[in-house]
Amino acid sequence: MAKITIDGIETEVPDGTTILNAARQIGGAIVPPAMCYYTSLQQSGGKCRVCLVRVAQASARDPRPLPKLVASCSTPVQDGMIVENITSPDVLEARKGVVEFLLINHPLDCPICDQAGECDLQDLSYAHGLATTRYEEERRTFEPIDIGDKIKLHMTRCILCYRCTYVADQLTDERRHGVLNRGDRAEIGTYIQKAIDNDFSGNMIDVCPVGALTDRTFRFKSRVWFTRPLDAHRNCEKCCGKVVLWTKGEEVLRVTARKDKYGEVHEFICNECRFEHKNLSDWVVEGPRHIDRHSVISQNHYEKINLVALKKEIERQIQFQKGRTNGNNPNALTA
Amino acid sequence: MRRQLLLKDINVPGIQSYDVYRRQGGYTAVEKALRGMSPEQVTEEVKLSGLRGRGGAGFPTGLKWTFIDRKSGKPVYLVCNADESEPGTFKDRYLLEHIPHLLIEGMILASYAIGANTAYIYMRGEFRWIFPILERAIAEAKAAGFLGSNILGSGFSLEIHVHPGGGAYICGEETALLESLEGKRGNPRLKPPYFPAVMGLYHCPTLVNNVETLATVPSIITMGGAEYARIGVGKSTGTKLISASGHINKPGVYEIELGLPVEEFIYSDEYCGGIWKGRQLKAVVAGGSSVPILPADLILKTAKGEPRLMTYESLAEGGFQTGTMLGSGGFIVMDETTCIVRNLWNFTRFYHHESCGQCSPCREGTGWMEKVLHRIEHGEGRPHDIDLLDDVAKKIEGKTICPLGDAAAWPVSSAIRHFREDFEYHIRYPEKVRNPKHFEIEPLVPRRHLATA
Repeated sequence: MAKITIDGIETEVPDGTTILNAARQIGGAIVPPAMCYYTSLQQSGGKCRVCLVRVAQASARDPRPLPKLVASCSTPVQDGMIVENITSPDVLEARKGVVEFLLINHPLDCPICDQAGECDLQDLSYAHGLATTRYEEERRTFEPIDIGDKIKLHMTRCILCYRCTYVADQLTDERRHGVLNRGDRAEIGTYIQKAIDNDFSGNMIDVCPVGALTDRTFRFKSRVWFTRPLDAHRNCEKCCGKVVLWTKGEEVLRVTARKDKYGEVHEFICNECRFEHKNLSDWVVEGPRHIDRHSVISQNHYEKINLVALKKEIERQIQFQKGRTNGNNPNALTA
Repeated sequence: MRRQLLLKDINVPGIQSYDVYRRQGGYTAVEKALRGMSPEQVTEEVKLSGLRGRGGAGFPTGLKWTFIDRKSGKPVYLVCNADESEPGTFKDRYLLEHIPHLLIEGMILASYAIGANTAYIYMRGEFRWIFPILERAIAEAKAAGFLGSNILGSGFSLEIHVHPGGGAYICGEETALLESLEGKRGNPRLKPPYFPAVMGLYHCPTLVNNVETLATVPSIITMGGAEYARIGVGKSTGTKLISASGHINKPGVYEIELGLPVEEFIYSDEYCGGIWKGRQLKAVVAGGSSVPILPADLILKTAKGEPRLMTYESLAEGGFQTGTMLGSGGFIVMDETTCIVRNLWNFTRFYHHESCGQCSPCREGTGWMEKVLHRIEHGEGRPHDIDLLDDVAKKIEGKTICPLGDAAAWPVSSAIRHFREDFEYHIRYPEKVRNPKHFEIEPLVPRRHLATA
């Protein structure tokens, strides 16, 4: 076990845990964002550099700080390590820089992008981005292409996190796409326009942090915040069969795997579940999917309301308001 | 009296061939080591010599050799980094082309020291014509019994293979080189966990050394580490190849004893022979395109007023504020008519082209800097561009997976630090700088040209 302090909060984690995962165990605002790291994909991480943190003390044995900011997703903790994330101005400045870099060639076409509302890059830009751009040059562009009959690739939106290539390597039996060219001309491609056709290829859509890989069966059907996500399952021979149905009325618009609060899928689903079963009757519906209150998707509040708690809350607010109008406020008008 | 270790036989006719090389005393170091020294003794001599990596970082070579994990039970590999692509550096090419047996001899010694039975020469793709030279040299050495199994009856076996790369600058970074050697895309690996000494080629312990570093080892074994350490100043021992280029009378590869004053190197007839056409010195890039550029006054003398020497320490004196680095020894001299902005744009264009695209700051930032510099150089710059450029460079530096990001950012930061007037001139007089030879037509008056900043 290793003792580690992140932003002044101490915790103990098993040896070999990365700083990012240690921070996730603590939870809250001190968790660094991650655009390329993905827990269930081996070797992912280290590329996007938004999770950079400062190590103020390398370990109990070596109390010196590390000379450079380190990628928290790939740096294992040491006993006695002291990490600064949101308490370090350097880290916040660096993160701002990385977000700016990620956005200079991004088309910012959120209004017509299917990922809008559940996009990691949107959230990240909202938290760390600038309101304006300092980039005046022309942006890099690519034509959208179909890779396989189910997936659309918008290379212009891609941030080259490499997650989809790891999905192909680790979940499917053959990787048919990869990164071509280099530098800012690097692109995800299928080389000789080979179609991606594999039972688990649909998971590339789920792991994509931006709208570069989208579900062709869902494209332009609905904004994600106008749909109702439901937890559901079915007996599937190929996968776990546990999914989220994104519905509108009785219609199932889209099927995805279940993501945790960091946007990561732990149980991947097969293409049959994802693309072939778009009837509610194919599924056993478990109930509404919990969506974080801060997500735009939660605007159509539909989760079962805890009436007791709500009553208490209203009561509390009334009491609070009363306290403000009576007594406490000397300027309040009294009869 | 200057001593030459690497280039002393370079002008002997036919030194490329085994017979001539052997007649000049070649392979005696291998005989000495394999017949009378243990691998530990060879490493000890190299440690004693104080030899530092000649590829750019200047890490102590002997110490690097001791990092190799020999107890893992996995095979150990030696990889010679001959992917010399740093703009302004052409010393390794010179060695490979003219005296290939020196490298092979050094590789035999290094392999013996670390216990490697397979060694690779990862050669830059553009060095196509050197490929047959190396292949022939290896075949000759094998025929003479210096390669193959049971070399000189010592029980030590070694095979050397030459692998031409695809000509990517990034493959000179050691982990990217290993990826490329494994047949993958040349993306640098994350450190941790992929330190080559523990998890290198095919996840086995691997030593990666520069051509010049390995070519120096035979001299160290022949003369002894202590004797070698006597050459040079302080922690910068031995001789170093300098690739001198730019506006000098005698460009070329020179072997210098470390500790030579920079002024002597530029102006003495033995070396560069002074600035061409009788012009004045404006700036020097002392160690290949990625190190900070220095103006004439700071390259000849340190900020404290001491003469600057060609050593790792003296060139780095003053940090990045007033110093630079010895790097790989690519010594680029610029005369007074040089446009720093144009030169910087050229460098940045190179880094933009060579960035692997794996991590965001380098992928996006190098392209951004190139575009801004292109704009300034072509008379479309705006006053805030200088600060923008500086800020972008700052946001790349130290945030990337491999040192390419730093290499792209340092020249930009240092050029703005020392030559702000050049940038301001470009923004103030856009119509004048549209002619690429603007400073030859009308020399730059070093003064502030913009009221802002």
